[in-house]
Amino acid sequence: MADMIKKATRESYGEALVELADKYENMVVLDADLAAATKTGVFKKAYPDRFFDCGIAEANMMGVAAGLAATGKIPFASTFAMFAAGRAYEIVRNSIGYPHLNVKIGATHAGISVGEDGATHQCNEDIALMRTIPGMTIINPADDVEAKAAVKAALEIDGPVYLRFGRLAAPVFNNADTYKFELGKGITIKDGSDVTIVATGLMVSEAIEAANQLEADGISARVINIHTIKPLDKELICKCAKETGVIVTVEEHSVIGGLGSAVSEAVTECCPVPVIKVGVNDEFGCSGPAVELLKKFGLCASNIVEKTKEAVKLK
Amino acid sequence: MDVTVKKNLMKTACKVRMGVIEGTFNAKSGHPGGSLSISDLLTYLYFAKLNVDPKNPDFEDRDRFVLSKGHTAPALYSVLAQRGFFPEEELKSLRHIDALLQGHPCIHIPGVDMSSGSLGQGISAACGMALSGKLSSKDYKVYTVLGDGEIEEGQVWEAAMFAAHYGLDNLVAIVDNNGLQIDGKITEVCSPEPITDKFAAFGWHVITMDAHDFDDIERAFNEAEKISGKPVAIIQKSVKGKGVSFMENQVSWHGTAPNKEQYDTAMAELSQQLKELED
Repeated sequence: MADMIKKATRESYGEALVELADKYENMVVLDADLAAATKTGVFKKAYPDRFFDCGIAEANMMGVAAGLAATGKIPFASTFAMFAAGRAYEIVRNSIGYPHLNVKIGATHAGISVGEDGATHQCNEDIALMRTIPGMTIINPADDVEAKAAVKAALEIDGPVYLRFGRLAAPVFNNADTYKFELGKGITIKDGSDVTIVATGLMVSEAIEAANQLEADGISARVINIHTIKPLDKELICKCAKETGVIVTVEEHSVIGGLGSAVSEAVTECCPVPVIKVGVNDEFGCSGPAVELLKKFGLCASNIVEKTKEAVKLK
Repeated sequence: MDVTVKKNLMKTACKVRMGVIEGTFNAKSGHPGGSLSISDLLTYLYFAKLNVDPKNPDFEDRDRFVLSKGHTAPALYSVLAQRGFFPEEELKSLRHIDALLQGHPCIHIPGVDMSSGSLGQGISAACGMALSGKLSSKDYKVYTVLGDGEIEEGQVWEAAMFAAHYGLDNLVAIVDNNGLQIDGKITEVCSPEPITDKFAAFGWHVITMDAHDFDDIERAFNEAEKISGKPVAIIQKSVKGKGVSFMENQVSWHGTAPNKEQYDTAMAELSQQLKELED
């Protein structure tokens, strides 16, 4: 992955909004004083009449988005994951989720890789929170190509979508010319028979690297990219459970309530196999450079290798 | 206001109040006090102000109404039934399992423009609807009703800031100032006063009105109509429980349903009021 171009998915988000604006004339963008960081600033520059800064008032921004959607607009409400899913949770639930309004939530700076800002801004709970809202679609793209496709997919469905983007530049491993995004469908990136590594977002590239190292050690690891966490591709997950007998989940999110939980819930219903969760354990993050933090919290290829080796022994 | 028009509005408001009592009695729960304090206002809006069509409840250019104080849904449902959005009979199954009429307003009910009930949220949605109207160069107006206790929610003031900043002069927010909330007098619980000064300081045009006098209601809305460049807040001085003697100004009637005896007494009182108006 070292020689690949790197780009933060928040950059892809801003660019995708601009690229899609002409086709979707009803699309408007809201931000809460973070346009420079969420990258909606590029949309503001290109389409100033369709951009509305709500100030540092995320609760109201989500409600305004609901009202815009109720009158036919397609609003993208943007802020950090901490405030979109955390602070504004109840507004997202009651004003967007319950009436099932066509609001797209663009949540950037998700996970531990926020870096130096530390625990208050490192949201490791957003997937868990959003998963509990009936009818909410959750997409956590892995790289630039997938992130742009995710924004387009979100526009094409009617209903609330939570889009999760990162601050840290991530390797662009998908090929824009051949990549195909199918909402709710996992992607088999690498086949394998001993174990399945199910990864999402920033962790997909780490999972690929881990699988390559495992192969050198004689372990055949399948790698699945789950970009759509809800609705989850249960069919694929269950197939993997049956064929490889053990699953390792990897996410830049708490091990409580996120991808690991979703996968566990799925396999217990169809093919109970051990599911080992790699993610942020039940603890808060801390300040530090993003890459070092990812290592400290075990969100890196070497830890995935280690955990996968342990997982295989459980078979 | 024309005398006949006024009398008709008073008669309709009386029927709306009977619907509130009918609904909460059959539900054995709900919020009659705050529903009765906004019954005249909602009657005026739905019978003299709003551009709505019961036969085509979703037409694009309609005026929008958001009941931010969603717990007073019985009043909204009752006025919608009177206006013909659904049969009056539905009020009898308010809050029942599998019923159309949910405990708090739900967007899927004919005539309801926004789900609401978690306090402080409706006004934000109303702001979004008003902004949307401006963006699409639509002439529709957006009306929202808040409780005076509800405005203790911080989100209300985020919305107030937003509406003024974007010059949403197609938005009218009415604050139902009946002075009572669940735990007691608003001035004793955690006072939101001075309400008029607060909205004025947030950049709104503020009008006060008597919530139970149709002449004054008309005066207030006529004034609101003339304001441009800023949103309008109408602070309506109201009586919680208005129209049912034993419920008036009693905080205990915030969220309590009448029993059979109380139902009979309330309906008798309202029938008498209606009879007097019809004579």
